[in-house]
Amino acid sequence: MRRERVLNAALLLGLLAIPLWAWIVDEPFTITLVTRAVILAIAGIGLNVALGLGGLVSLGHAAFFGLGGYAMGILAYHAQTYTPLIEMPLLIEGTKSMPVIWLVAIAVSALAALAIGALSLRTTGVYFIMITLAFGQMFYYFAISWPAYGGEDGLSIYVRNGVAGLNTMDPLTFFAICYALLLLVLFIVSRLAASPFGLMLGAARQNPARVEAVGQAPYRLYLTAFVISGAITGLAGALFADLNRFVSPVMLSWQTSGEIMVFVILGGVGRVFGPVAGAALFIALEHWLGGLSDYWHIYLGAILLGVVLFARGGIYGLIAGREVAHD
Amino acid sequence: MSLILLVEQALNGLQLGVMLFLMAAGLTLIFGVMGLINLAHGSLYMVGAFAAAAVAGLTGSFLLALVASLAAAALAGVIVEITVIRRLYDRDHLDQVLATFALILIFSEGTRWLYGSVPLYLDRPEWLSGTVTLPLGIEYSAYRLALIGAGLAVAAGLFWMIARTRLGIQIRAGENDREMIGALGVNISGLYTLVFALGSALAGLAGALIGAIQSVQVGMGEPVLILAFVVIVIGGIGSIKGALVGAILVGMTDTLGRVLLPQAFALFMDASSATTAGSALASMAIYLLMAGVLLFRPKGLFGGATA
Amino acid sequence: MTEPVIDVRGITKAFGGLVASDDITLNLRPGEIHALIGPNGAGKSTLIAQIAGALRPDRGQVRLNGQDVTALDTPARARRGLGRTFQISSLAMDYTVLQNAMIGALGRRGDVMRFLRPVMRDTALCEAAETALDQVGLSEFRALRTAELSHGQRRQLELAVALTLTPRAFVMDEPMAGLGAEGSKRLITFLSDLRARTPILLVEHDMDAVFALADRISVLVGGRIIATGPVTEIRANPEVRRAYLGEDAQP
Repeated sequence: MRRERVLNAALLLGLLAIPLWAWIVDEPFTITLVTRAVILAIAGIGLNVALGLGGLVSLGHAAFFGLGGYAMGILAYHAQTYTPLIEMPLLIEGTKSMPVIWLVAIAVSALAALAIGALSLRTTGVYFIMITLAFGQMFYYFAISWPAYGGEDGLSIYVRNGVAGLNTMDPLTFFAICYALLLLVLFIVSRLAASPFGLMLGAARQNPARVEAVGQAPYRLYLTAFVISGAITGLAGALFADLNRFVSPVMLSWQTSGEIMVFVILGGVGRVFGPVAGAALFIALEHWLGGLSDYWHIYLGAILLGVVLFARGGIYGLIAGREVAHD
Repeated sequence: MSLILLVEQALNGLQLGVMLFLMAAGLTLIFGVMGLINLAHGSLYMVGAFAAAAVAGLTGSFLLALVASLAAAALAGVIVEITVIRRLYDRDHLDQVLATFALILIFSEGTRWLYGSVPLYLDRPEWLSGTVTLPLGIEYSAYRLALIGAGLAVAAGLFWMIARTRLGIQIRAGENDREMIGALGVNISGLYTLVFALGSALAGLAGALIGAIQSVQVGMGEPVLILAFVVIVIGGIGSIKGALVGAILVGMTDTLGRVLLPQAFALFMDASSATTAGSALASMAIYLLMAGVLLFRPKGLFGGATA
Repeated sequence: MTEPVIDVRGITKAFGGLVASDDITLNLRPGEIHALIGPNGAGKSTLIAQIAGALRPDRGQVRLNGQDVTALDTPARARRGLGRTFQISSLAMDYTVLQNAMIGALGRRGDVMRFLRPVMRDTALCEAAETALDQVGLSEFRALRTAELSHGQRRQLELAVALTLTPRAFVMDEPMAGLGAEGSKRLITFLSDLRARTPILLVEHDMDAVFALADRISVLVGGRIIATGPVTEIRANPEVRRAYLGEDAQP
């Protein structure tokens, strides 16, 4: 318990200290690297609501990540080309406003999660895994075959979107925005985990029959968790696209789903802060191992295999002990 | 559209279907007997294709290449089963997903390291390179026709094996009651390795056969793997019959959708937007088919019948 | 005569050729413990599943407090006042004992879709959960992880969760199993007092407990109720003796 809190605090401080240090010694690349970790952490926290709290092994979260990305790309594209998004029946313009883009990304991915979840949750177990993977792939192929927004090549935007008059092209400023959102998401998900909904969702994960016997329908709990999960991952997708000023079908690919899941696992399933540790470790590995070899995914695969076979609790399991906190 | 083109496309759909069956049959057997979801099945497909391309390059013989694809995929299957997969049977699905995802990373990057990122080409054999004339005067690729024949023959062999042989009895027993086969004195660990090798060999064979139509490259396995998942969801998990029906449905829907949907859209919109909308919808057709099956039969067309 | 709380009317359920429930009629009246006994494979679990809502009968009706609930699923029946305990403990094993009891109290209150308020600081829920734990004698273990409980303690917790539901009727599937002599004795006293508040449909293999507790007994053999009546009548019934008790009471 206490060790877990110390680790949480150390993580948050570390993620703040590194960019500040990089700013002082003028290494903008490092700031961008940490920003990436922060955004991917948000994506992982989103998945963890479904996976860790609800026990829903979704291999389709790239759909929400990518939809968030395309929400950003499409709105900004119309804004920068001064073309309306929709003319009929009412005029909707594009926008370069980050908060509007975030809200749209959240709404779009929540809607997609509602549709995918409503269908996929009719099944359980291995069916659910295969179906979420397949629906994710559906969005991928759709994005590739729909030429209006770049098809396979994706969409670029010239300038990062704006918020509150800040210079978002400055790496540290953009980092600060993402970091603030990370804190907000962590706060919300921590509260969620300890809420009445969180208690019942966790019960549904461990024993659906128990939840039914106390008068609650597991399906409703799972679906709600899946929608919240998709919405958070969608927000991360919008930020990720803004970071790169680029969105492409790669964000929707099954590898992306797999990687988001890897963040959750490397950190520790079911711990609210687990994906933060996992994403940070992933980015660190990518940076160091990627520097050592072009084929660093082999090492990543070996590490992942080792964690799954021998260290199931991930980083949090190793450092803070196996027990998942209850308070 | 002409009838001839339609028949041709239907044959293409059937060809895709029987190849998907080779993938889906292995996956569904492995799930049915061992309760394992294997994401790395696509990697074994890739191993088969690379082995075939390498052997064909060395010897010039397509048949030897096919033998190599079977042997290499089965061998790779046995190795991963013994080193990794075996530890996953008692684990939950999440661990299985992650460990086999890790295997994909290792297989894919390992292959890239050995062969590079440039696609290899596997030539179809000379004796199947032409076309044959079918009734109605349809000219159709001899190789694709041979694929349909080979796929259906393997399917028939598989049905025979499961219905009639000792191994088949053990597989069916394992699907119904995993503890019972232990009580029957069957060497479970050996049976599991054998089933995994069989599934791997089927995937490797599919990889080699398809490799001669498309290019042989890293990452070729996963799109096929995901299609095979769609097949299994539609057909019902653990059912070989379901895998066959699902595979042909998916093959037909995908192939015919790509041809027919743009033409259907052209009836009420201009040609270029019809092509765009039609192909976009066609790319989603099989997933919509899957969604439809889920609405009415959440356990698939042939699922839940064994219970 | 007062209306039965649970009223099963002529339900039939077949799996393929096997008729697991054959035109079963059975009721539970206020204030009573009605025991359901029968050899293994008699169809007790199938019957319980149909009363609780996990299975739909092919024919017949299940009524709860005078309402037809045959078409309702398990959660809906639970909300209408059916409290059930499972034969094999069905608990959230990673949760603490208190958290498991909270699940029941929260399910009873129904306001599950609250996302930001800490549930463990909800005093009303905690009190309801603590009271139930106290009643079954688990208070001192409230902070223990459920997986660390003994088999008997899990049975007690199972009962505590059902108590937090403050149901109109209990359906208990072998609550005595694995309790040991001392535990059984305490549970018998507890259930005996409980019936005045809430009637209990009791499935039980422990014949001593059945004879000590039951106001009425129904005997299920081969999917059919072959006899229903007070303890003395059932003990004396020759058909029951032949079909069931004569074989020596099942362990």
